[in-house]
Amino acid sequence: MTFVKTKIELAKLQEGDILEVLLAEGEPLDNVPRNAKEQGYNVLSVEHVEGSTHKVTIKK
Amino acid sequence: MAETKKLSLIAFSGDFDKLTAVFTLATGAAAVGYEVNIFFTFWGLDAIKKKLGRSPLGSNWLTKLFGVMMGGLHATPTSRFNFFGIGPKIFRSLMRKNNVATLEELVDAAKVLGINLYACEMAMHVLGLNKEDFIPEVKDVLGVASFLKLSEGGRTLFI
Repeated sequence: MTFVKTKIELAKLQEGDILEVLLAEGEPLDNVPRNAKEQGYNVLSVEHVEGSTHKVTIKK
Repeated sequence: MAETKKLSLIAFSGDFDKLTAVFTLATGAAAVGYEVNIFFTFWGLDAIKKKLGRSPLGSNWLTKLFGVMMGGLHATPTSRFNFFGIGPKIFRSLMRKNNVATLEELVDAAKVLGINLYACEMAMHVLGLNKEDFIPEVKDVLGVASFLKLSEGGRTLFI
């Protein structure tokens, strides 16, 4: 579902726009960047924020 | 031969939990680029009714009574632990608390992702339902032959 939500947000954006997604460790953090790449989006960075939260920056 | 990325689901159950499984699989697959078809039949038709609560949809007194008893998406019972309708409320609150998408959110996501929704013609006849009784996202009313053609070359699940 995390990638479903990410994908819906990405669909609303224009080409070249940037989306930041906060993700928990484990399944979401494995899945979202991988699927985004597979779908042809550009994953710019994956940063640790705090605790188990990570920020993934995706460019459409 | 490489399999096409296509998932077709037969949504037979009108249970809250099984419909949650249908829409979780469907949205997850659609998000990673699958073409997704859902064929709603019999009790499953409750998930795509325009009226989310209980209303007398039907063509005669008996099917109208069924319409009220079956209800729409908000009236779906859980297959276990229903406790006369309290079960779904408990599960909905647990899902919200754990940040898991609720059934309604999943259905909205399915619409946004352009998942193909189909209604079973035969079950509609039996239950006295019309295409107008369903949400506008329902693409078509189909029979078995058309569904088989649509699902050809992909994976099919019955839930």
